[in-house]
Amino acid sequence: MASYLARRLLQSVLILVGISLITFALLYLLPADPARQIAGRSASADVVASIRHQLGLDQPFYLQYLHYAGRLLTGDLGRSYVQRTDVASLIVARLPPTLLLMVGAITTELVLGLGMGIAAALNRNTSFDRALMVLSFVGVSAPQFVLGILLLYVFAVRLGWFPIGGYGSPQHLVLPALTLGILGAGWYARMMRSSLLDVLQQDYLRTAHAKGLGGAVVLLRHALPNAILPIIAMIGLDIGTFMSGIVVVESVYGWPGIGQLTWQAIQRVDIPIIMGVTLISACAIVLGNFLADLIAPAIDPRIKLR
Amino acid sequence: MNLLRRGLLAGAALLALGLPPAVAAPRQGGAMTVTYKDDVATLDPAIGYDWQNWSMIKSLFSRLMDYEPGTATLAKDLADSFEISPDGRTYAFKIHRGVKFTNGREVTAEDVSYSLNRAVDPKTQSPGASFFHAVKGYDEVAAGKATSLSGVIVVDPYTIRIELSQPDATFLHVLGLNFASVVPKEEVAKYGADFGKHPVGSGAFRLAEWSLGQRLVLERNKDYFKPGLPYLDKITFEVGQEPLVALLRLQRGEVDIPGDGIPPAKFLDVMKDPQYKSLIVQGHQLQTGYVTIKNTIKPFDDVRVRRAVNMAINKERIVRIINGRAAIANQVLPPGMPGYDASYKGYPYDTAQAKALLKEAGLAGGFSTELYVNNTDPNPRIAQAIQQDLAAVGIKASIKSLDQANVIAAGGEPDQAPLIWSGGMAWSADFPDPSDFYGPILGCASATKGGWNWAYYCNKDLDGAATEADAIADPAKADERAKKWGGIFTRIMEDAPWVPIFNETRYTIHSARIAGPDDAVFVDPVHTPINFDVVYAKDAQ
Repeated sequence: MASYLARRLLQSVLILVGISLITFALLYLLPADPARQIAGRSASADVVASIRHQLGLDQPFYLQYLHYAGRLLTGDLGRSYVQRTDVASLIVARLPPTLLLMVGAITTELVLGLGMGIAAALNRNTSFDRALMVLSFVGVSAPQFVLGILLLYVFAVRLGWFPIGGYGSPQHLVLPALTLGILGAGWYARMMRSSLLDVLQQDYLRTAHAKGLGGAVVLLRHALPNAILPIIAMIGLDIGTFMSGIVVVESVYGWPGIGQLTWQAIQRVDIPIIMGVTLISACAIVLGNFLADLIAPAIDPRIKLR
Repeated sequence: MNLLRRGLLAGAALLALGLPPAVAAPRQGGAMTVTYKDDVATLDPAIGYDWQNWSMIKSLFSRLMDYEPGTATLAKDLADSFEISPDGRTYAFKIHRGVKFTNGREVTAEDVSYSLNRAVDPKTQSPGASFFHAVKGYDEVAAGKATSLSGVIVVDPYTIRIELSQPDATFLHVLGLNFASVVPKEEVAKYGADFGKHPVGSGAFRLAEWSLGQRLVLERNKDYFKPGLPYLDKITFEVGQEPLVALLRLQRGEVDIPGDGIPPAKFLDVMKDPQYKSLIVQGHQLQTGYVTIKNTIKPFDDVRVRRAVNMAINKERIVRIINGRAAIANQVLPPGMPGYDASYKGYPYDTAQAKALLKEAGLAGGFSTELYVNNTDPNPRIAQAIQQDLAAVGIKASIKSLDQANVIAAGGEPDQAPLIWSGGMAWSADFPDPSDFYGPILGCASATKGGWNWAYYCNKDLDGAATEADAIADPAKADERAKKWGGIFTRIMEDAPWVPIFNETRYTIHSARIAGPDDAVFVDPVHTPINFDVVYAKDAQ
């Protein structure tokens, strides 16, 4: 177990170093000139050169990267070129809303996805099963931007059940969490259905039934813990999907999280923010996968961490 | 009942006389909510330089000069009076006494001096530093050889003298820019580089709250030195709101001004809807959209080819593409700018004449070129229209639809981007003076790598004429100067380095419960986009 943890930690560090290097190189290659951007459109070449020097942008690529990596080790993500403030403080300010949205979206995924998947598997090959699978297909296919606007229009504007965008109360969370979670819920419903159908045909379940256990006990104690394993692994991977989804969902609903910050930074070519958010997202994805791997043996003792 | 009857009778009497019903005089009090899509970048007046924070900074700080609300007419702000020496090189200002920063300290000439020096200090990295290039000692400070401007002299606590190295008729406008805002040294020292998040000024409002990514709240500065202003007690800026969502919230009465304007997808619907008619304010921007023609790339080094391009483009069709949200342009300067020549006809849309000019230039068989364009809608569609127009006279232009940064980078190179449609990056005036439309985008000094003179146009005679025009610093000779500038821009059009396409129109929609002394304050040409100081709530108690 200890050696597994050490190996996984080392792998995680290497992945993060790789991601930081690739992202830094890609942003370095952008034709945007931060010094010119800061200096303003009327600045002379001398002024631009002076700012470039102050920012260390006149140094070779490897030196720029080493300086950046060195500052990272002290928790310094740099300063935004546009907002002229610490990137770390901008991200910290935006983190709680994004985490809240993710919790809401994961809850949506699990409640809707698992519920639909279980219901479909238990009613296999019925009209109800087919209707649920069509619904899950719609969930998987619907673009989040369209879905977001649609939900907003119907439930906030027309029916007035929820606020029109914004942040601050449980009511504000419902529609963004639903929009972000419906995609995953669609996948989970399909996965849960096939996984549960697979498990339900296993010999050990037949044995459980034969020894007189009730249907609910068989389902809850024997079938679901085994059928849910692939889903647990998926939740870890989902964090990556969420990171792309929150950019759209947070923009549609005016949710003041990391996704909105990223989108604004991309539009303003604010490289330190783009870099900082990428690294934080990479950390979240690596950590999510790591946790999913750790949780798996707790659910299925057959899995050993080696 | 009695009151109602009296009111009706009074209304009937006004109608009978053909007079409009009296509008309630503005009263102090009340609040309004403005939304924006993006978070506010910074409120540091030396740094903030976008259309969103521009008017917020204007309302948080004071400076020596300002403008009459809703107009481009200069007015005194912190300055009580000023004198300009006959040679136009020395400006002496008396500062209004008793003006206080919101931290309670009085504003003095030392603060004005500190603020100007801070704006040009290379360490501040101000995008507006170069506006002060005419002040004595600017070059030394910019080069890091001096720490303060030798031309800024504090005479006494209420008098400051500014000496210029050359006469500059635009200097009063420069002192009206946000970059010339007065900041208290002790607060800048306290917050350092984060002063932009903790702004302290002596403007009409003070910052009461800033929740990153959520909202900013401005509250009335109770010690503001202009009596009776501002009217509103509070302005809440809610950020992160999509323009479409903001419009829906306006309909529900939750928002007073969607700061990003009417979303293009809803523009025609909103304009046709009678309920919005009285709530939409329309105004000109001091902006021109244009195609640049790179003079350093063959065959565009031939003026006949550049004129042919000017005659080949159907501008009317392009204006239709953007739902008519602009007026056709025939010259570099936008309407409303001194020097704009309303009688100038420009190049006609005449494909036969364009073809004849190409033939005369030895290009009867046409030629191939590239048209660069910013890849956000509607710019690629506009580029396609231009491409079709050029094809009709034999010019095969392939479209390079790229990210804005790539287009700007190519524009600054002498051998790339032969044609650029400026959409999304077009020049808009920093201040209402024609020189701002020459030096940075058409003067010889800006025809350099990384510059904004994407046509690489350089006419040394015109550079000389521009210097002469800017030497006319006496405000009494403003008309003479505007005429000179008008002549310069007419001569530029003879050389045809640009195809001016359109001047965009601004539309602001606001709730029925707010108003201004004049609708123009909602499309203010200087306090862009809105002059918050004079907006008032009709329901203020």
